[in-house]
Amino acid sequence: MKSSSIHKEKSAPMADADIANPDTAGGDHEHHHAPKGIARWIYSTNHKDIGTLYLWFSFAMFLIGGGMAMIIRAELFQPGLQLVEPEFFNQMTTVHGLIMVFGAVMPAFTGLANWMVPLMIGAPDMALPRMNNLSFWILPFAFLILLASLFTEGGGPNFGWTFYAPLSTTYGPDSTALFVFSVHIMGISSIMGAINVIVTIVNMRAPGMTWFKLPLFVWTWLITAFLLIAVMPVLAGAVTMVLTDKYFGTSFFDAAGGGDPVMFQHIFWFFGHPEVYIMILPSFGIISAIVPAFSGKKLFGYHSMVYATSSIALLSFLVWAHHMFTTGMPVFAELFFMYCTMLIAVPTGVKVFNWVATMWRGALTFETPMLFAIAFIVLFTIGGFSGLMLAIVPADFQYHDTYFVVAHFHYVLVSGAVFSIMAAAYYWLPKWTGHMYDERLSLWHFWCSVISVNVLFFPMHFLGLAGMPRRIPDYAIQFADVNQIVSIGGFAFGLSQLIFLWVVIKCVRGGKPAPAKPWERAEGLEWTVPSPAPHHTFSTPPKVD
Amino acid sequence: MRRFVISLWGLFALTAPAYSAERVLNMTPGVTEISGQVYQLHMLIFYICVAIAVVVFGVMFYAIFKHRKSKGAVAAHFHESTKVEIIWTIIPIIILVAMAIPATKTLVAMEDTSQSDLTVKITGSQWKWHYSYFEQDVEFYSLLATSQKQIDGEEVKGAHYLLEVDQPLVLPTERKVRFLLTSDDVIHSWWVPDFAVKKDTIPGYINEAWTRIDEPGIYRGQCAELCGRAHGFMPVVVHAMEPEKYDQWLADKKAQLAAQREEAQKALQSSMSLDELMVMGEKVYLDRCAVCHQPTGMGIPGAFPAIKGSPVATGPLDEHLSVVINGRSGTAMQAFANQLSDQELAAVISYQRNAWGNDTGDMIQASDINAFKTQGSANSEEEQ
Repeated sequence: MKSSSIHKEKSAPMADADIANPDTAGGDHEHHHAPKGIARWIYSTNHKDIGTLYLWFSFAMFLIGGGMAMIIRAELFQPGLQLVEPEFFNQMTTVHGLIMVFGAVMPAFTGLANWMVPLMIGAPDMALPRMNNLSFWILPFAFLILLASLFTEGGGPNFGWTFYAPLSTTYGPDSTALFVFSVHIMGISSIMGAINVIVTIVNMRAPGMTWFKLPLFVWTWLITAFLLIAVMPVLAGAVTMVLTDKYFGTSFFDAAGGGDPVMFQHIFWFFGHPEVYIMILPSFGIISAIVPAFSGKKLFGYHSMVYATSSIALLSFLVWAHHMFTTGMPVFAELFFMYCTMLIAVPTGVKVFNWVATMWRGALTFETPMLFAIAFIVLFTIGGFSGLMLAIVPADFQYHDTYFVVAHFHYVLVSGAVFSIMAAAYYWLPKWTGHMYDERLSLWHFWCSVISVNVLFFPMHFLGLAGMPRRIPDYAIQFADVNQIVSIGGFAFGLSQLIFLWVVIKCVRGGKPAPAKPWERAEGLEWTVPSPAPHHTFSTPPKVD
Repeated sequence: MRRFVISLWGLFALTAPAYSAERVLNMTPGVTEISGQVYQLHMLIFYICVAIAVVVFGVMFYAIFKHRKSKGAVAAHFHESTKVEIIWTIIPIIILVAMAIPATKTLVAMEDTSQSDLTVKITGSQWKWHYSYFEQDVEFYSLLATSQKQIDGEEVKGAHYLLEVDQPLVLPTERKVRFLLTSDDVIHSWWVPDFAVKKDTIPGYINEAWTRIDEPGIYRGQCAELCGRAHGFMPVVVHAMEPEKYDQWLADKKAQLAAQREEAQKALQSSMSLDELMVMGEKVYLDRCAVCHQPTGMGIPGAFPAIKGSPVATGPLDEHLSVVINGRSGTAMQAFANQLSDQELAAVISYQRNAWGNDTGDMIQASDINAFKTQGSANSEEEQ
């Protein structure tokens, strides 16, 4: 981190020379009086520094959550119990899920929003810089608490990231209060981040940056932020009720006290389904920036992309019970949720068609961001197909709670959301660091990742169809060989991410200097400021025509 | 994708000899009309998805190979077409409607539990199933039969590793069986893939499902909803037999249960020596208690209390009897009153009070259990 700041300081004057548009970058970036060293990061209210913090934090969580996945895959390498107790196995699946969702994917998107939204709309910073600092700095404590709970007597949360009551209440471990507290902190952080994004986008767009000129990344993040504000309080309510059920003798979810365990699932998934879109909508924005830049064409159907994103967001509030088909709902409810879920395929399809149409008759080049974007389109669509299959209620009775579901959501979350984050990192690394990343290494990272991710997750479809339930530490022997392949894929995918770490560190430390606009055909205000982006940008708003 | 699938098959071939059990890669068509329909539906949607994938990815990869800058491609300028946008909104809607029609039909049939020939109540609890045949006075628990040694890798794993139980659910073929599902503790999910029946068992709820099995045979499934520590060790086994054989089985089972009850009555009169109690008690303990309280009696700190040296197992007997027989509400400790015979309860409680250095010297007899159940107190003190 330190070296990156040194490089920034050094290269800033030189960068002045190749400012494309002196109007936009003629700010006072050389006169910032921020503290040095660690204090710079702790006290920072600068959107770029906070963005960097979010991104590094997210990557650290990605590695920790990934380490837990490695433990899971090592235990499942063979039938029988070899390495861990079932109790610990359940803690690993639970905390892996929580860390990846709340610690890796969501903070990565918030980091990208911090860095890029002001640069894309021509704003000098986020609208609420102090809240920005707070929303980041409470996050490490949330995860410290969560991870610490693993070392308490009785272990950490072991009831799945969905923490269904009464397994998480009456039957939960003593450390459940820590889990509840940490989820509360994560929720507060997310809500503050979302408020900041909304206020920034609504109020701080440069003159002439009208709604339908906004880059899609900004649009998708705006919609995501509204989703966050709508559903994070619902999650907070759910964990609070778990807390009072467990420790204060209430019976929200306890049938013996007149409560309702199914109500927990309705509340959880009313949060949970919009939550999964929270983790994919910003990806759509990223892909919509990258595909045109390397196709040499404008994005096909910009307006329909905005409408499709909005309809996906609205529909996300009407489909939650498709996670609960086996709980015994009335037929009409099952039909309603099935039809609504199937309907989501339409706007999602529109997005995929638009990306393909953008590539059609373009002049394609295949730099690493584009490779990840293409992999995203293919693999996310495969996850979309299995999602469509899961929507069909009679078939869902067979798929539900099996590895088919695990395959589905890892296709959309890993080869979907995570790949888009990596695409974004490669796309904007030159802007962040002022250096080009090592192309050869990045290709290694891409090809290792894209092959191993499929060896890891594709065979899981077979396991699920053959009848292997999810969240089990041991399995019948007919699942043995496929599990072995999956585990090998898992280890390979895990190791491949170390290449990414290497590429990023190398890029931060040095490399070929990046021009203001390293991608010849990319569009957007972020390419009008020098690379690395100086500490302060757009102190005078640019004019957008 | 294609190349990937081929290489995947290569990998399968390499690792295949390691385990001999039959490998399945697709959903089972099952042995009921409904499961067949579900399979058809699954394949239909799968093929539709494959067709869409071929078209969309085909176009995309055509562009990737033909429209690349390195081959001198020059970018076109179009970026909007309302006509095209409308077409690719309408076509998916039509495909979805075509999918929804058969799905709706099958779903409505699956949820019609009326006019059943017999009813079985299924109760999940940590970590076993209880089956109760309505109006037949037949009920029993069904527990994992795989030995801990197989799980720990000290014995060779059998063909039905983790998918075998001590007493399977027995059902007749060609009769409509209605299931009523509920739970004693957390949410479980009763699943037999061959019937396409998966239904959550939820405390405080009674869910309904049904099946009509076409072929006799043994069908295996598992609990599908995370239900705690031994979630992976909670199989479902159904033995389906022709109606005549089923009737015979039912008659035999009734007789067997009656004989067991008679034996239990006799046990009330007899008493066992400490050695006998310890032998029987250890077996019951390892089968039923050790999963939480551990074979060492040490429990899992923070999750499951120790029995070794605990005030309950070394203190007043009535408290101990109460915890084991009635369970402890608000905790994972379940009531064993109906899960074990009086003799087994007597043995396991005696075992807990004397094993691992608890050494209370207490001997509990079936009659004590019976007395506790009826009077709320044991009379063992006089017998000591």
